[in-house]
Amino acid sequence: MKQLPTLAAGVLLTFAAATAIGGTVVEALLAGYRGAGASAFDATRGKALYNGTFPGEKPSEVRQCTTCHGVDPNKPGLHPRTGKTIAPLSPGANPARLQNPDEVEKWFQRNCTWTLGRPCTPQEKGDFLTYLQGL
Amino acid sequence: MSRIRKILGTLLFFSCLSGTLLLGVQATTGNGAEKSPAGAKTTLKGVIVTEEDLLYEKECGSCHFPYQPWWLPERSWEKLMSGLQNHFGESAELTPATQQQLTGWLRNHAAEHSTIGRARGMLRSIKADATPLRITESGYFRRKHHELPRQVWQENPAVRSLARCDACHPRAELGSFNEHEVKIPGVGRWDD
Repeated sequence: MKQLPTLAAGVLLTFAAATAIGGTVVEALLAGYRGAGASAFDATRGKALYNGTFPGEKPSEVRQCTTCHGVDPNKPGLHPRTGKTIAPLSPGANPARLQNPDEVEKWFQRNCTWTLGRPCTPQEKGDFLTYLQGL
Repeated sequence: MSRIRKILGTLLFFSCLSGTLLLGVQATTGNGAEKSPAGAKTTLKGVIVTEEDLLYEKECGSCHFPYQPWWLPERSWEKLMSGLQNHFGESAELTPATQQQLTGWLRNHAAEHSTIGRARGMLRSIKADATPLRITESGYFRRKHHELPRQVWQENPAVRSLARCDACHPRAELGSFNEHEVKIPGVGRWDD
């Protein structure tokens, strides 16, 4: 029976370590964005970006982060054309998120291009990650 | 007394051993894929897949059904992979290294290199001077789906697009598109 608390402590420690690593990845990214000229990051601005609307190719088309990720980043999204379920964007709901800086940059590159029609600025990226981290 | 201890000790030894074995099994299967001696990887389902299979599933399958490479000829994959900046209206850009690795893998497993009947049928239906980027535009695909009324797919919110193989083919991810397995959401079996 003694093993149970030890096991629980082990699980907790592993979880804490994983959380710390996640924090470090985002911290390093944020430091990079600051180095590229961004000022203090703001979760409110990040949220506004997440919910912002941008013009698409056709006059009737509106593009948003929510088009694929859904209104609530804690819930799964859906690619509107392919029907593929997209795992939740928030690291709180999906611990696999924001663990790999290359993945984060890859998706910023792909999805800012589609949604905004241009790459995101370091400020926008930092605000966005700060918003997601706080969910 | 000492005999009981001996038995208990033996029992303890074997329970520890089995525990270690169990942990070992968990460690090798826990992350879903582990290297096998052949250099390939096995998933929990027991299907042997290569590093490139997993890479393809991750990089391409995040947004859409991971179409088997044998659905298109080499020249189609080549063209598709060189235009990822505008991939059917979206950016699907990869790092140059990943793009190169996946392009090579797709070409090596393209229709020309497959013995699968559907791959042969697909190839026959594509004109020699054509380089289709959409599987759904090929003669083979059209012939296989021409009898479907629009109500069951285009106007069906659970399907919408013919590009979603797995919406109606339950074993599509395993490469099985047998018509007897077809089940259209909200409609049911579709066996003709």
